[in-house]
Amino acid sequence: MSEPKTTTVEVRVPSRLGFEKVAMSTAASVAKLMGFRDDRIEDLKTALAEACINAIEHGNRLNEKLSVGVVLSAGVDALEVKVMDDGKGMKTQPGKQKKPDIDRKMRGEEEPRGMGMFLIQSLVDEAEWVAGDEANSSYVRLVIRLDKDAK
Amino acid sequence: MQSETKARVEQLTSVAGQPVTVLRFEGDIASTSKDAVICTYQSLPKASTPLVLLDFTKVDYINSSGIALVIQLLIEASNSGQKVCAFGLSAHFTKVFTMVGIPKYAGLFSTQAEALAAL
Repeated sequence: MSEPKTTTVEVRVPSRLGFEKVAMSTAASVAKLMGFRDDRIEDLKTALAEACINAIEHGNRLNEKLSVGVVLSAGVDALEVKVMDDGKGMKTQPGKQKKPDIDRKMRGEEEPRGMGMFLIQSLVDEAEWVAGDEANSSYVRLVIRLDKDAK
Repeated sequence: MQSETKARVEQLTSVAGQPVTVLRFEGDIASTSKDAVICTYQSLPKASTPLVLLDFTKVDYINSSGIALVIQLLIEASNSGQKVCAFGLSAHFTKVFTMVGIPKYAGLFSTQAEALAAL
């Protein structure tokens, strides 16, 4: 019997800040089994944490009756992660986020916060925001690829 | 679920003989860490605290809200004419801090000894 090409792991966490760490540790375990380097696993953990925090705060508006779903699909050479919430998501796909302007932040010209999407886009190979409709939840899809040649 | 952030204040002297105030953090640095990060910093006497060192050695998890608190601390320190440096970040969080531009306003060092030598 041939091995399945994709292995799926799912976890649901309550919409309470801090529970993103459950998703992080699950993703780290899957990525470790797939053979990802430690530094890429750290990248994935931070990107996933930010995606979960956005889902908890903005998608589910901290409503603990709602949960955030995280589906990890381990393929041959990549790990796809979907983070799903019950919000309507963003109407349009966000463009490439600019690097935070630390000078403007230091001068008080922009909020110190607001770096989550930049970190997500910078730390994984693909990041896509998919808006849901009335019946379906919206999700963020992250992809991180195995780089077998990297030392 | 969010690990409580603890902060401890310690007074040291730099290699150059300057007094240095060290804020030693422990736990997560996240949105719930305002008391530990900002309030602890604000409790320091500004006039006698020209050099501030942030110790992240015992911090495992920092998210973007936590980074925003660090930036808020840097803004207040800059407005008070204080110099801030940090040490003990993992390689990953050193990369993340660098990605958002923090080293322009706070030197990042691997160890306390390196930071004290540079201050």
